[in-house]
Amino acid sequence: MIDRAQVLHVAKLARLRLGEDEVERMAGELSGILDHVDRISALDLEGVEPTSHVVELENVLRPDEPRPSWPREAMLERAPDPVDGAFRAPSPQAE
Amino acid sequence: MSAELLALTVAEAAARIAAGKLAPGEYADAWREAAAGDELNAYLWRAEDPAGSAQGPLAGVPVAVKDIFCTEGVPTTAGSRILEGYRPPYSSTAVRRLLEAGAGVLGKTNMDEFAMGSSNENSAFGEVLNPWDRGRVPGGSSGGSAAVVAGGLAPCSLGTDTGGSIRQPAALCGIVGLKPTYGAISRYGMIAFASSLDQCGPLTRTVTDAALLLSALQGRDPCDSTSVGIEGGVKAPDREDLKGLRFGVPTELSEDSIDSGVRAVFEATLERIEALGGELAEVSLPHAEHGISAYYVIAPAEASSNLARYDGVRYGMRAEAGDLVAMYERTRAEGFGEEVKRRIMLGTYALSSGYYEAYYGQAQKVRTRIAEDFETAFSGVDLVVTPTSPSVAFGLGEMTDDPLAMYMNDFFTVPMSLAGIPAISIPAGLAEPEGGGPGLPVGFQIAAPAFAEQRLLEAAFALEGAIGFDARPEGAGEGG
Repeated sequence: MIDRAQVLHVAKLARLRLGEDEVERMAGELSGILDHVDRISALDLEGVEPTSHVVELENVLRPDEPRPSWPREAMLERAPDPVDGAFRAPSPQAE
Repeated sequence: MSAELLALTVAEAAARIAAGKLAPGEYADAWREAAAGDELNAYLWRAEDPAGSAQGPLAGVPVAVKDIFCTEGVPTTAGSRILEGYRPPYSSTAVRRLLEAGAGVLGKTNMDEFAMGSSNENSAFGEVLNPWDRGRVPGGSSGGSAAVVAGGLAPCSLGTDTGGSIRQPAALCGIVGLKPTYGAISRYGMIAFASSLDQCGPLTRTVTDAALLLSALQGRDPCDSTSVGIEGGVKAPDREDLKGLRFGVPTELSEDSIDSGVRAVFEATLERIEALGGELAEVSLPHAEHGISAYYVIAPAEASSNLARYDGVRYGMRAEAGDLVAMYERTRAEGFGEEVKRRIMLGTYALSSGYYEAYYGQAQKVRTRIAEDFETAFSGVDLVVTPTSPSVAFGLGEMTDDPLAMYMNDFFTVPMSLAGIPAISIPAGLAEPEGGGPGLPVGFQIAAPAFAEQRLLEAAFALEGAIGFDARPEGAGEGG
């Protein structure tokens, strides 16, 4: 079971602001899903190698050749608040 | 005349264009007009000039592209409010390869937000309607890509499949959908959902067309170091029988909840396999039943990490707030839809301190077991078959209140995704929905070992010929 406090904690980690109704609904829905997912915790998988990637690949290398990067203007023109050749964001400290 | 052009398969049209018998502009115009008649909300953007070039294996073929593929200068939203108005500065490798093969981009198709969904009801830009019955869903997440092909609004399309997102909508719309082996096609420029599972693939009317598109799309790409391509390439399938091929039917299927109409079509298709000389054998996939559990830990975990990039700083929307963290939180709260938030929360929880081993670690071990189950099965059979989806297309709104029930749509498609192996869904017939009504398409899924796409396509081609599925939704293919 996931309670309100846990939902708020996870939302903080995920940088999501949830409304009051969302917190309640999320607690119920996540509990239901985790309840189902929990079935795998009963499986004995001691010693089984975890799979993080299905194709066997190791150290795919390429020659270290310099090439042009994206022009600054092309990157900045898609930003919500470009200024002086940079991305502007609000101050980390509340004003 | 346009109706005749729209009736051509992709392979036929490309051959005519390459032979100089059909002008790319004329063919593209016919499809542009057809696409303009979209009443399914399947397109999010349509090209003014979708013509391709007169050369190449896909000469002059306009392709509808799922809105998850970055396309230079063209709106690319992944079905999300947070990317509304975004126009990427570059094109994904998949789109680039299609263009290099002579194709054009016909439009961008609607989808579940960030490919999270099985009904296309999670798009920020409205649901897509199933061309067979506009009161029903087309499936998801490549719902727009399936609806345009089934509805006669595109000759073929590009989709992505993380847990069934090509195969399930293809099944629900009565067309062919192919998820290649993980690593067959580059993921560069494909907006990431769950990076260890995401794979691009074609949605088409015929198996031959699927082979043609795969042939153009596959290959190693220096921009995606997990891409390896298909050794020896892919050629047009030409097999007419199934002699000498062994098809594995999972014993676990008998216990699973499958609608009776879907089961009847599945069993009739097994008989066709035998009639074509194929052999049926029982196989066991004992861990497949845990596929949904493992998938709904792994995919959200990877998504929660991939979607951290939407922070309102470099691109996409921003909700103004007094300080940085408040800006992040408000942007993401306003930019993401319900299902995306749910999965970010689920993934963040599963990866959080104290729960990591119990959820993510355990799910990765289940993934190993599922891959081993398939390996064992493929030591005795050449292919494994299942229904693609437990039901035919369900009603709009029918499952939106129950996320877990919605996730169960992926029951038969998720195991192949976790194992990274290729699988195709072909239309196998029509079945009445539970509760009655006109027949709706049923998909038949065939899976093969990693990189055995040619074997998969040959078997699907022979079976497609024997099934002779030629039902079309009313009004489709009449030029809109």
